[in-house]
Amino acid sequence: MNFPIISSLILLPSIGALFLFFINSKNITGIKYVSLFVSIINFLISIYLWLIFDQFSYEFQFVESRVWIKDFINYKVGVDGISILFIILTTFITPLCILSVNSSIKNRLKEFLIAILLMETLMIGVFCSLDLVIFYLFFEGGLIPMFLIIGIWGGERRVYSAFKFFLFTLLGSVLMLIAVISIYWIAGTTDVEELYKLGIDPKYQNLLWLAFFSSFAVKTPMWPVHTWLPDAHVEAPTAGSVLLAAILLKMAGYGFIRFSIGLFPVASEYFVPFIFVISLIAIIYTSLVALMQDDMKKLIAYSSVAHMGFVTLGLFTFTQQGVEGGIFQMISHGIVSAALFFSVGVVYDRTHSRRINDYGGLVNVMPKYSILLMVFTLGSLGLPGTTGFIGEFLILMGTFKKSFLVAAIASLGVILGAAYMLWLYKRVVFGELTNQKLLKIIDLNKVELSILTLLALSIIFFGFYPDPFSNTYSVSVENFINEYNDKLNNYNLQNQ
Amino acid sequence: MEYLIIFLPLLGAFIAGFFGNKFDQKYSQFITSLFVSISSILSIIVFFKVLNYGYSNNLLISSWINSGTLNVNWSIKVDALSSLMMVVVTLVSALVHIYSIGYMSHDPHKPRFMSYLSLFTFAMLVLVTSDNFLQLFFGWEGVGLCSYFLIGFWFKKKAANAAAIKAFVVNRVGDFGFALGIFLIFYYFGTVNYNEVFNQIQTLNAKNINFLGIEFKSIDLICILLFIGAMGKSAQIFLHTWLPDAMEGPTPVSALIHAATMVTAGVFLVVRCSPIYEYSELALNIITVIGMSTAFFAATIALVQTDIKKIIAYSTCSQLGYMFFATGVGAYNVAMFHLFTHAFFKALLFLGAGSVIHSFKDEQNIEKMGGVYKKIPYTYALMLVGTLALTGFPFLSGFYSKDAIIEFAYLRGNVTGIYAAGIGIVTAMLTAIYSWRLFFKTFHGNYNNLEVKYEKVHESPAVMVLPLIILGLGSIFAGFFFKELLIGNQSSVNFWGESIKFLEPLSEDHPPLWFILLTPTIVTLSIPISYYLFMKDKSVLENFTKTNYPLINFLKKKWYFDELYSYIFVEPCKKLGLFFWKKIDGLTIDRFGPDGISNLIKGLSIKAVKFQNGFIYQYAFIMLIGFSLILTYLIIK
Repeated sequence: MNFPIISSLILLPSIGALFLFFINSKNITGIKYVSLFVSIINFLISIYLWLIFDQFSYEFQFVESRVWIKDFINYKVGVDGISILFIILTTFITPLCILSVNSSIKNRLKEFLIAILLMETLMIGVFCSLDLVIFYLFFEGGLIPMFLIIGIWGGERRVYSAFKFFLFTLLGSVLMLIAVISIYWIAGTTDVEELYKLGIDPKYQNLLWLAFFSSFAVKTPMWPVHTWLPDAHVEAPTAGSVLLAAILLKMAGYGFIRFSIGLFPVASEYFVPFIFVISLIAIIYTSLVALMQDDMKKLIAYSSVAHMGFVTLGLFTFTQQGVEGGIFQMISHGIVSAALFFSVGVVYDRTHSRRINDYGGLVNVMPKYSILLMVFTLGSLGLPGTTGFIGEFLILMGTFKKSFLVAAIASLGVILGAAYMLWLYKRVVFGELTNQKLLKIIDLNKVELSILTLLALSIIFFGFYPDPFSNTYSVSVENFINEYNDKLNNYNLQNQ
Repeated sequence: MEYLIIFLPLLGAFIAGFFGNKFDQKYSQFITSLFVSISSILSIIVFFKVLNYGYSNNLLISSWINSGTLNVNWSIKVDALSSLMMVVVTLVSALVHIYSIGYMSHDPHKPRFMSYLSLFTFAMLVLVTSDNFLQLFFGWEGVGLCSYFLIGFWFKKKAANAAAIKAFVVNRVGDFGFALGIFLIFYYFGTVNYNEVFNQIQTLNAKNINFLGIEFKSIDLICILLFIGAMGKSAQIFLHTWLPDAMEGPTPVSALIHAATMVTAGVFLVVRCSPIYEYSELALNIITVIGMSTAFFAATIALVQTDIKKIIAYSTCSQLGYMFFATGVGAYNVAMFHLFTHAFFKALLFLGAGSVIHSFKDEQNIEKMGGVYKKIPYTYALMLVGTLALTGFPFLSGFYSKDAIIEFAYLRGNVTGIYAAGIGIVTAMLTAIYSWRLFFKTFHGNYNNLEVKYEKVHESPAVMVLPLIILGLGSIFAGFFFKELLIGNQSSVNFWGESIKFLEPLSEDHPPLWFILLTPTIVTLSIPISYYLFMKDKSVLENFTKTNYPLINFLKKKWYFDELYSYIFVEPCKKLGLFFWKKIDGLTIDRFGPDGISNLIKGLSIKAVKFQNGFIYQYAFIMLIGFSLILTYLIIK
């Protein structure tokens, strides 16, 4: 057996966290450097993984399998062209989060960084689990550090938000657990690759699909179970918001691909109209709500719901463009929303206000910040030349193949997206500097500048040249769609 | 060479944008102007290569989006159409760059301004040299973005910020149609490359598509959707509201973006897609109707405006209308010809207006000008040239192109054609009247400005006048020299080649002599009439205004479009947003969801706590009730 590269990716942050545990919590620089070092090493490993990854194969690669409980659960992990990108997104965003704690976290820094590193382990685990039980553990395990991050380091109403977050996600996860157990009874295994081969009896699929859906829908989040997200974002510290928006939300999108659609094709087809309708509601409804927000974080949170609405729309078109667009949109949103939450964090650290009306005229005092925020705004509203465009455009193209009307309504969201983002930018950045407090505000420091520049460059670079991503996932997606169609055709043949 | 043409402006934008403030600001002005000038000289060379040797090229830069059967590349396509556009874009842009050195001399943000101008030039070049719809869309949104930056350039002005957002969002409405058009194209042809689409277009003839229960011919729908995009960018009626507001930006911007280049992108799109439009009679008729309505409606508003830039903006709107109805009657080359001449005289008018505004120390109201023709002779003379060219005075450039449009509309022979020709003539008269009104009120009559002393009014520096002179020469001669080449009988063979498709060759007949003479006569007669009305005897107009107050007010309020849109779209969106947020998210989902559950549990547990009070008789009583209930149930069962 080769070197267990995936397991080391998963475990390294936890080992780092364990290490932190033994450092004196007064040694702040030491803590920061250790965690940063660990997360950067992890990023490099994932890049190495990407380089040696075979793009022309749709098989799971670097698979590791160990018996955990005999005849029941195997610890099985591996990556394909879809999941590897999410792993890189995770390992890319985490060091940036750790870098950003400098100015935003004032107390219990050690514990905070331990939570972040544990979070990284769990998130990477989610994206490479090839066993339902393992997946479930990682997926729900992520709830705990996030709950703590919001509940301990959050703002004024942190307890309310943390519980709301917990209550919503718990609701879904209980049902998913039941579904995982049922699958074991029905199919006799929880190994994902096995399950792909065996298929699951169509007569159970609808119920199982709904159980998984209830968990993923909350995490995505889809309308109408999205109301936890704005509250969680508002109260979470910057690094928490970033992880939440950039990666936690993607776990659900990834779950839809790997499990909902992959395991239950017949049910997925059955529920397409349902998904389309609530995705459309999410896009239009939350865009309108975002338009009226007076809190920056809430506005971006609502825009996340709208963007994830595009993702679910794309995934459930089962077309090459739609699914690829959905994946691309998730990666893009991961980068863009992380950047936007970092940006809000920058000004929040300086003024302790998130209210849009407390700002205005920032361009007079923070020119660098203004330029970078413009790039993120444009990425968010999907200007061609940014990553946001490619995702949205491919999704709409794929959707169009299924339904003209749905694509047309979803496109309206693109207009609204421009309206609320530009309006936000105008109210925060342009105009006269009226608030006296802002006069002394200082522009980005070196750390902030490097974080935001890195994000801005990736938004633009991959907006012009998305091939590194699309080459990675295209074979896997093609296979994914073929398998889906085959299974569906088989089912239809049997029923004739 | 093509690479240099396109990427030099981008390089200039980068240098000015990132390093402009590190050195003296004049360097960024110099570098951007130099780069764009080189680019314009190279474009002219390419244009002559196309002209003389029938040169064409399709360079592949790199791949962009690949997804399944969708393969999109970054590319540079050079043919007759794009080479002509390249000349227009880079030439006007170079002149505007040079002019801006003088115009923006007092502004503290010169490098930023120059950087935006160059970036715009780059985006516009990407747009015109695309070989596929998606790169076109990139340029399309790119120029929109630069326009957004430049309208909102003075970011402290509230009106400028609002106008910038309005421009972007209204354009997005148009892009909504455009994007759907592209989806439809991809849906039918599996590609978005021009050549591949145009080659397959005939396979689409018999196909229909159902949208909202209405059966459309697919090709009609594609054409109409693309045209909606064009309407947004080219400020046609219903989607025109952003253009007058866009005048909040610095004047050189208005000349470059909102007169000569960006707003003509819509016309370019329709001409580029002539191989598709030729198969859709319905779409062409719609374009004709929208075009002529815009031409007429914008001209009527221009009659009563008092802001010098807004008058010219509405005039641009109106002239774009002419270009569209030229394409609508199938005379794509004539539309391009008018686009070409219009770029000269409209840029001239805007830059001239800028010069006037500059001399009056930022006054834009024509009622507060007047009587200064001796003080600013160059500007005066050049504005006169621009006005004559715009109105279509014989033998200036506007005369050749505008009259050709009206004649071709007439020759089209069908109802819309004749009707369009009629509206075209009426609009030509209105154009003449508002242009001369602007001209006389600005330069003649009494001096009406109270804030700037007459003596202080001064001519603009040479760096501003020189570009005006070049544009002036263009306005005089461009029509005469390029007439044969662009719209002559042999033009489609000699010049346009593959780039424009005519299903049936354009009519080579000539309309009757009286018809040919009609427009120039009206236009010429309008000069003394305007002089009389606006200068000699103002009482006639005053009486007319008094008796027809509602009509004048209707025009002054710009046909109430802004108010209407605010009432139909903007306010309801805001109200709906609030309603969804407060009532549905807050009072419904949360109330019955998480808050409801936690309240329920809280309530129940409080009751449960009360219950355990330690009194035996209460426990006994409950047990008794429970016991009797179970018994009752068993008995009944």
